Order: sequence, then C-alpha cells, then structure tokens
Amino acid sequence: MAVVTLRSPLRQLADGRSEVEVPGATLGDVLRGLQELHPRLTGWVLDERGAIREHVNVFVNGERGDVTVPVAERDRVQIIQNISGG
Amino acid sequence: MELLVGTNKGLCVLRGERGEPMELAARRFEGLVCEYAMRDPRTGTYYASVTHGQYGPHLYFADDPLGEWEEGQGPAFPEDADSTVQRTWVIQPGEAEGQLFAGVAPAALFESRDAGRSWELNRALWDQPTRPEWPPGAGGLCLHSVATWPGDPDRIAIGISAVGVWLTEDGGKSWRNSSGGLVPRYNPEEQWGSFLGKCVHNVHRSPVQPDTMYLQFHGGVYRSDDAGESWIDIGTDTALPSDFGFPMVVDPRDPDRAFVIPLTADLDRVTPEGKVRVYETRDRGASWNALTNGLPQEDSFLTILRQAFCHDGGDPLGLYFGAESGEVFGSADGGATWTVVAEHLPPVTSVRPGA
Repeated sequence: MAVVTLRSPLRQLADGRSEVEVPGATLGDVLRGLQELHPRLTGWVLDERGAIREHVNVFVNGERGDVTVPVAERDRVQIIQNISGG
Repeated sequence: MELLVGTNKGLCVLRGERGEPMELAARRFEGLVCEYAMRDPRTGTYYASVTHGQYGPHLYFADDPLGEWEEGQGPAFPEDADSTVQRTWVIQPGEAEGQLFAGVAPAALFESRDAGRSWELNRALWDQPTRPEWPPGAGGLCLHSVATWPGDPDRIAIGISAVGVWLTEDGGKSWRNSSGGLVPRYNPEEQWGSFLGKCVHNVHRSPVQPDTMYLQFHGGVYRSDDAGESWIDIGTDTALPSDFGFPMVVDPRDPDRAFVIPLTADLDRVTPEGKVRVYETRDRGASWNALTNGLPQEDSFLTILRQAFCHDGGDPLGLYFGAESGEVFGSADGGATWTVVAEHLPPVTSVRPGA
C-alpha cells in the first residue's frame, strides 16, 4: 500500500491523521481510495471529473504526477497545495 | 439583528441593534473566500458557499453560525457533464419543502430536495444546445440570481452573466431565454438581438406582485411588468449618475420600490464622484432619489458587489450593504439614514440577514 501524507486542511478531514495507507496501482486509484477511506475528502483533491485539482500538486516519491502514474508498495504520496492565490 | 457577511477571507457574523454599529460575533472559514452566506427563514438553517484557493468550492450548513458547520455533498457535476464547479454564487430557498437552489460557475443550476445535504444538476438548462457558445462576464460564466415565484414552484427566473435571463414555467424541466429589451451597449448593434453576451448583474422579483421584476444590467437598469417576458429601461435619462452597478434590492412589501447602488462604469467600478449613494425609486423606476444621509460623500471610491446588498424584511425596511474596502453600512429606516455597522473587514462579497 502507498503511504499518503496529508497536511492541513486535509489532515483535519481525515480524522487528524497525517499519514494514511491506501491500496492502488495508480495515483488515481490511491486518491480515490483515500476518498473512500475518508469521505470528507471527497471533492478536495480530485474534482468531479476525477482529475487532480488545478492548484493541487501530488508527488510520488518526490516526483509530481498525474492520476495515471503507477504507484508501488510503500511509495510515498504527498498532497501539497500549490503556492498560489492571495 | 444578525448579518452574515461573506468576505474574501471568511464569513463574518455580525450582531447588534438594527441600524447601529454591530459586533463581530464570529469569524468562520478563516482565510477562505466565503462567496455567499444566508439563512433559510423556513428552517433557520444557515448556508455558506466557501471556495478554497486550492481545494475548490464547498458548501456548508449549520444550525448555529457560531457552532459547527457541516459540509454537504456538492454541488458537483455528474461525470458525464465533463465539468467542474468553480464556485457557488448564490443559494436560494425554493417554494417546495426542503427545496434549495444553488447557482454556480460555470453557469448551472443545482437543486437540493433535502435542505442542502445533496444536490442535483438541472439538466434541462445544462443541456441547452447553445451552451457551448455562452460567453462569460468578467467574473466568469456564472448563474448568480434565482428568482422564485411565491407559492408556485414551477415558475422560476434566473440570471446568468453573460447570457441574460432564463425562464421556466414547469419547475425547470424546460427553459427559454427571455432577454428582450435588454440592450448590451458594449456590443456592436448587430449583436443586440442575441442573448449571447447579455451581461445580467442581478435579478429580483417582487414577492407581493410576482409579475414585477427588476434587473441591474452591465450598463442599464430595467423593470419587467410581465414576469420577465420583456424588459423596460428605467435607467436612461434619470437622476441616476450611472446605470452601471451590481446589486439591487426590491422592497418585499412594495412592488413600486427598489434600490440600486450605481458605480461609475465598467471601466471604473467605484462609486461615482467619490460619493457613496444608494438610489431609491418609489414609482417603478420613473424617478430615482439619492439616499446619502450618513454615507461618505467625499473621496470615497467603493465597490459593492452583486450579492453585497440586502434588506432585512423589517418595517420600516432595513437595508445593508458591504464594500470591497471592508465597510458594511446599514439603515433601519429604509435608507433615510445610514450608519457604518462594521469596518476594517476583508473585501465583502455578500451581505444577507441572519436571525
């Protein structure tokens, strides 16, 4: 299972957990699985089309990826909001 | 008296006496854009549309605005719509029990039948064949006004920037555009007959005479006497210093009485001549009278957005509006006198009455 690291405000929506283990073969699988484990995250990282929101960056082992990127056992997935806005 | 003030940096809940300075009872959704907040008078439930700069739009509800807010499911497009909600501009109680409407960008209408817990896209509007051609206004392609018909859930009018007014008489199963009479002076004359590009800023219906509607246009103030079938210019050659502006208020008891807050023009969206003036008509737009007592009249260049002006339903009518510069003004006497009820808030996006 991949290890997903969550920061605020996502952490609060995942019952305060900063790390969540999620199964999945691709990053899309993992992010959808994360929503199933923590439904309050629905709509926050993935939009209703299933795409990663424009101003959210998701990294797999430090490399930014999209939903098609393969994810292996114990891969580190970090969800980080873009440095944008005011 | 309670006011719900949406701002670019959260929801501010103000409490105090009508027409007097109010206290900040709470600030919620700190740091996030609160586009719109309102209280459904039927149930006492509060709703807030909140947009996170990175994590998207979310809609919350609460029994107590100072307590816990719960997130609803949606509004969100179904997968086959191939679109994503950017922000929710307005939340409007419907006429059926538990019914709420949400107007969003990109322009779409969502309906809830469970008091905002879940939302469903209105397909008839979304599937309009012309939709791919709909042009956005400066604030995006947004559905910002929902004018229901008291006692009749079938008849609804909506306003979209920038594709005019749409009407339904069958509860949203079908829609037709009804923008005749609205003149988009900013477009070539050859385009005036098309609804594409008609930038409606705000639409309201008189609850006691539902055929009477008022509309603030992107350059133009209009009235309809036939439930939005046609629109009559009530801004040209009047005392209004400008017919550009965003919000309107219609007196809930008097269909002849409405209020606008003119801004200079689309290229200079501030109060004209450095004076903050609310204009009132008591004769359906035949004449307009400036209400200025207590409002800044010198070197004051404020911007008041489309959802940032409301009434409280009281008698005499209470009026409240907020500016992007963070002031909220209030009147407990129908605009005869005004008070700064709050200041130094973040830029104000919406003002609506609470409890």
